[in-house]
This record gives sequence, C-alpha cells and structure tokens, in this order.
Amino acid sequence: MASLLSRFCRKLALPGSAHGSRMTSTTACGSETVKSLNLYSAINQALHIALETDPRSYVFGEDVGFGGVFRCTTGLAERFGKNRVFNTPLCEQGIVGFGIGLAAMGNRAVVEIQVADYIYPAFDQIVNEAAKFRYRSGNQFNCGGLTIRAPYGAVGHGGHYHSQSPEAFFCHVPGIKVVIPRSPREAKGLLLSSIRDPNPVVFFEPKWLYRQAVEEVPEHDYMIPLSQAEIIREGSDITLVGWGAQLTVMEQACLDAEKEGISCELIDLKTLLPWDKETVEASVKKTGRLLISHEAPITGGFGAEISATILERCFLKLEAPVSRVCGLDTPFPLVFEPFYMPTKNKASSSSSLSSPSKTHIF
Amino acid sequence: MAQHLKSSKSTFLNVLRHSLAFGSPSHASRHLRQKLPHGGPPSIKKVSPNPLTRLCNTMVDTLSSSHEDTNSQVMDFPGGKVSFTPEIHFISESNEERVPCYRVLDDNGQQLPNSQFVPVSKEIAVKMYSDMVTLQMMDNIFYEAQRQGRLSFYATAYGEEAINIASAAALSPDDVIFPQYREPGVLLWRGFTLQEFANQCFGNKSDYGKGRQMPVHYGSNKLNYFTVSATIATQLPNAVGAAYSLKMDGKDACAVTFFGDGGSSEGDFHAAMNFAAVMEAPVLFICRNNGWAISTPTSDQFRSDGVVVKGRAYGIRSIRVDGNDALAMYSAVHEAREMAIREHRPILIEALTYRVGHHSTSDDSTRYRSADEIEWWNKARNPLSRFRTWVESNGWWSDEAESDLRSRIKKEMLEAIRVAEKTEKPNLNHMFSDVYDVPPLNLREQELLVRQAIKSHPQDYPSDVPL
Repeated sequence: MASLLSRFCRKLALPGSAHGSRMTSTTACGSETVKSLNLYSAINQALHIALETDPRSYVFGEDVGFGGVFRCTTGLAERFGKNRVFNTPLCEQGIVGFGIGLAAMGNRAVVEIQVADYIYPAFDQIVNEAAKFRYRSGNQFNCGGLTIRAPYGAVGHGGHYHSQSPEAFFCHVPGIKVVIPRSPREAKGLLLSSIRDPNPVVFFEPKWLYRQAVEEVPEHDYMIPLSQAEIIREGSDITLVGWGAQLTVMEQACLDAEKEGISCELIDLKTLLPWDKETVEASVKKTGRLLISHEAPITGGFGAEISATILERCFLKLEAPVSRVCGLDTPFPLVFEPFYMPTKNKASSSSSLSSPSKTHIF
Repeated sequence: MAQHLKSSKSTFLNVLRHSLAFGSPSHASRHLRQKLPHGGPPSIKKVSPNPLTRLCNTMVDTLSSSHEDTNSQVMDFPGGKVSFTPEIHFISESNEERVPCYRVLDDNGQQLPNSQFVPVSKEIAVKMYSDMVTLQMMDNIFYEAQRQGRLSFYATAYGEEAINIASAAALSPDDVIFPQYREPGVLLWRGFTLQEFANQCFGNKSDYGKGRQMPVHYGSNKLNYFTVSATIATQLPNAVGAAYSLKMDGKDACAVTFFGDGGSSEGDFHAAMNFAAVMEAPVLFICRNNGWAISTPTSDQFRSDGVVVKGRAYGIRSIRVDGNDALAMYSAVHEAREMAIREHRPILIEALTYRVGHHSTSDDSTRYRSADEIEWWNKARNPLSRFRTWVESNGWWSDEAESDLRSRIKKEMLEAIRVAEKTEKPNLNHMFSDVYDVPPLNLREQELLVRQAIKSHPQDYPSDVPL
C-alpha cells in the first residue's frame, strides 16, 4: 500500500537525473534551452519534431486524432493535418500492417498501439512481415521507417490488460529493435533515434511515468543512440541492470544498499534488442555480482537472456549467482499488484545484494 | 452479334461503368428490388394484410429510402440518418440469386453478343497470349525439375494464367504489387526473365533474394513487385498502406494485391478491407477464387456468396469476373484501376477460376478431389485455349506462331535451369547481412563462431556455399 500511495502522491526523482545522463546532442548549441516536462509531453515533443523534420512521416493509431488516451499525440493533427495524423479503425493488425506498407514505400510510420496489452493481434505482422521485410527481399525492400509505440507496465490499478510488459516476446525476433526509455529526457532522444533508425523499432513507454516523471528536457532536436547501455550510477560491489520504470525502484534499492556499505552500479539497458552486452560485461567483471530486475514475469523474461549471456562471459569473475528480481508467473493481478511487483525490498533481500546474514532465497 | 463499341473512350467507359456489375448503389438497389422472394410487386410498397406473415417471413431489405409510406420519421444516430420501420425485418443472409459473373468470351473463346470490354491492340493481345503460354511452360518445366530432385519445391499457376497475365497487362508499371504466391505471371509480364525466375528457385548468388527463401518467393524492386511471403493475406494491409502513400504523393498509380479464396478468411483480409475504405486508399483487392485452399473447398471456407459480396460490408465497390477470360479480366482490372486512382477508393475483384494444379509439389490433390473434375476444368474452361481462339479470330496468331513460341520458350527454360543450377550459391556472409541495415555485434560474433565450426568440421556443411 505504501508503495502504491507513494507512486501516486509524489513526482519521481528519476534515476540518473542527478548525475546527468550521457547524451549526444544533434545540435552543438552552447546553451541548450530546457523545459520541465513529463513523459507524455516529452514524447509529444519528439513526435512534433519528427513530423516537422520529415514531410513524409505519419502518426496514426486509435484515438490519436484528439491527442490520444495518454495525451502523447496532442496538437499533432491540428498542426500537421488529418492526412498525416489520423485515427484508425480499432484493429491492431491493420494498424501495423498499414504502417508496414507506408514504411515500405519510404515513409516514416509512427504507429501507436493504445496499450501494449493489445499488441498481440499485430504480432504476426511484426514477426513475419516487419522483421523479415529486408532480409527476405535480399535488401530490395525494407520497412525501416516503421516505429511502433506502446505504453507498457504497471500503473497501480491496471490489472491483466493495462499492465503488461511484453518486451520478451519481441526480443526473440531477429530483425526488429526493442527500445524502452526510463525518463522524459531519455524518451525524447530515444524516440527520435527509433523513428530515424533504418530498422523497424518497437518502443515501449512506461505508462506509469507519463505524468509521474518530470524532468528537464532540452527543447531542441536531439537523439540518444540505440544499443548503448548507460551506467547511471557508478559502483564497485554489484551491477544492477534494468529498463524503463523499474530503474526508479532499483535506484531506491541502491540507496538502501549503500547504507549497508554496498556500492552499487546501476545500468539502464535502454535497447533490449540488440542489447549492449559489452557495457554489462565490463561492469560485472569489475563488480563480480549481477542483479537483473523487470516487471515482466520471471520465467522466460528478458532477464534470463542477460543472465545466460553474462554467465557465459563472466563466469570466473562471478562471486555469486546472478539474481533476477521480477514479476511473478501469474497474469498481472489487480488487488495483489503490490505483492506481485518486484519491489525494492525484494531486490534488497536478494542474494546478490544482501550481506550473507540477510540472504533470502528469492 | 458482338457489339464491339468503337465510340469515344469516355462515352464507352461511362456505358461500361453503368452496365458492369460493379454494384454502384443505384444499380444494386434496382437489381435487388426485382429479386424479392415472394414474386409479384415488391411488398415494401404495400403492407401485407397478414401481420403474422410479415413477422414470420424474412425479407430482402431494400437499400434505398423507399420506406416513405411505411414510416416518415427519421433519427440521427451517430453515423447518419436512418429511417424507422414498425415491421420486423431481417436482411436475408444471401440474395436470391448469386452475383452474376462478368465475362466477354464464351467457353469456346467466342466473343459474347453485347459483351462490353476495353479494346486491346494486337501487340497487347499477342503479348498477353504469349506470356500465358510462357507461364504455363515455365510451370511445366520447373515442376518437372522439382520432381527430378533438382529443385526443392515449386508451386504452379495452372488454370490461372489469364488472371496472372491479363491483370498485369491492364496495370501500369508504376502500380505496386503485393502478391500472395501464385502470381508470377505479373512479374513475367513486366519483364522478369526466365533466368531471373530460375535464379530464385535455385537460390543461387544471382537470386535477388540472396538464397534466403524457398522457390517461388520472388520479389523485384525494379518491377515494383514486393517479395512473396508465405504467410496468408499478410500482404493485404501492407498494400493499403502503400496505396495511401501513393495517394499522398500524388502518384498516378495504385497498389494491387492478390489473394485466394482461403486468404479471404484471414483476419488481415478484414483489417485491410476496412482500412482501405476508411483511408480511401487506391488499392485493388484481386481475389483468385480458385475453389481450393490446399484441400479445403470453398464450402468449408465461407458461407457467403463467394468473396464479392463482402465488399459491400466494408463500403467497397466490387465485381465478380470470369477469371479464365483474359478479356474480362483485362477490362475489369483496367476499369477498377481508373476508379481507384481517380476516386481514391479501393475496389474488390473476385476472379472465379479453378486451381488446375496441385497446391504445390508437396501436395497430391487427387487425394481430395476427382481427377475428372481437374481434367474438365483443364479442357473445357482452359484460359489459354479460349483466349487463343479470340486472338486467332482477329488474325493475330497461328499454329506456326504457336510452335515457334513453344520451342523458343522450351530452349530458354532449359538453358535458364542449366545456368541457374551451376551458378554458385550466395556467400555465407549473406546469412547475416540484411537482418538489420548493418549487422549488429551479436551477428558479427555469430558469424565468427559459424566459420570456426565450418573450419573444424567442413564435412558437416554443404560445400556449394562459398565462404
């Protein structure tokens, strides 16, 4: 309950914001103007810039016209016209299929799936068409201009169908990229990179942070590189890897661990496919311990891929088994959400993070 | 007597438009009013004396606002005005009569009296017929090559040569094609050579697809033909997006997508049709209703009057055509294309035909249908012989031209196969390229691992793939 209340009652101190995230700016301005923005406004800004800078770009999906159910597309239809920013019929396979066709003709199609829980009708189009479009044609064709945006993750009261984290399904598909931002400033830069990347990208936005997260976001056009993980907190005793909203929880766990004298290195993966193994590997070789945390159910979650890879590469440097602190293997529950979630105390009590006397088998 | 209309094109096309069964609203409602089940005058104009009769019978609902005398009130629901009726009417599940099928040539290739069609020149007609023959011969020779073990797989288009060639002939080279997998004739018409077909089937280094897919999964960006994927009907919504792009870019072109009777059951068909109508996309949906989806006959596929009636459900103008009549296919596609581009609308064309061949070389269709049925379609309704009769009746073809063509194609095909077979396979690095625009680190690492494995155990790997 406390964690639920705290989610809604305070604006978040975002991980990495105090330290300043490393970011490549596309414009070399001496003094960049920043504005305090929440996540949906930062995404909105990115979409405005994307449509402004490429006249053959389109934004569409269910309810996108009036601004979208999460307000991410506010003002776009009025500014760019209903031919470029429009509502679609309620049909995810149609939305993505249509987007693939647009992208195949050299346009940028930024499609919105209203909530990631509803992305599955489009799975065939994503896996069998988008991901293979370039490869199967011998590079005669591609749909690199396609970007699929979907709000994902727990929101406190979302239940089965407004809380899912389906990233693992997509990380298993060669040919697409999977990107998950942790904050407003990151989201704007990563979304612009995703839109402009010459490969189809699935971009999951942590819906819990749409209003909750507020950050100084530069107003200009900038991009944050894909497939580059970021160390947002340096440490020497243990590496923690996560993405999206979970990083906030993990940073709290790091602060708690620090009181016990444990120095934590926190990494934001940002791009899950293709993921930056090198940064995680270098960190674990330094610290000797790894803890991965994600909201998605633990079995078959993306944490398993990270764990297996790090085991292969860092086995002799590991001082403890790799821990995964994740959602449970149940459909996302409503009343039981606080018990389901990978909270900071679950992270703190995991074998990697706690001192030997406090270890629980989790 | 055949009415070969020679009037000016616009007048001609206007007449054509109103007479072809395209189902424009006024045409359809006239059509339906004549077909009420009870015979006699349409009972919508009169109130039946027996209320029970009215309640118990289902009636064909008319689509015009002819309810003036039953009820003069209307109501504005979201979506527009509807008038009310105090009578309980269910729209029938089907019309009394099936939607008629447009054809120009009879079964023997004779032009039907009063037939309307878009004229074709001698050059076009001869190319159409020659390409139909070429397609059939190409299919014969590739099929045999598969049977001999020289090809891993093949799928023929027997019986559907007119759909393939005539539709292609009616399009412009700028129209973008989203095929299913039984439309290589469209590529052939546009200039894909027998050698290029063979290269893809043999997966050699000259295959534009770089050896990644099974035979018949052709694609050609220079000919605006998107690469085949085996998944059914997934190309349909893609075609709608592409059509929208053409419209937004102001191109004088449309998107054209093909699918079978089976494909019309897929969710992507419904998604695409609805999107096309809402987005006002210039796209042609050409359904090759050939009676079979592998072993599944159309009676197990849908319970509607084929596919043509589904157009109306989405607000899409539709036509049913004899798919084995090259002239009818040509005219229908020609007209549909004009409407699609000029009016920014999708068109549905249901081409009735028959899949004479097996589904593919992995299928033996005599296990689920009679050899007699296949034979009948191959002889009595053969698209090649019907069109040949018409072409010859104009003095544009002869037995000599036929045998010259056939011997030339046969020689070309055998040479194409010979060359394709001995051309080396694509380099191993093409397993890893094009997954993304640039290979990411994990793929570069995996390539190294595979190369190491090959070095240690060369005997476990095919020797015809250059490293």
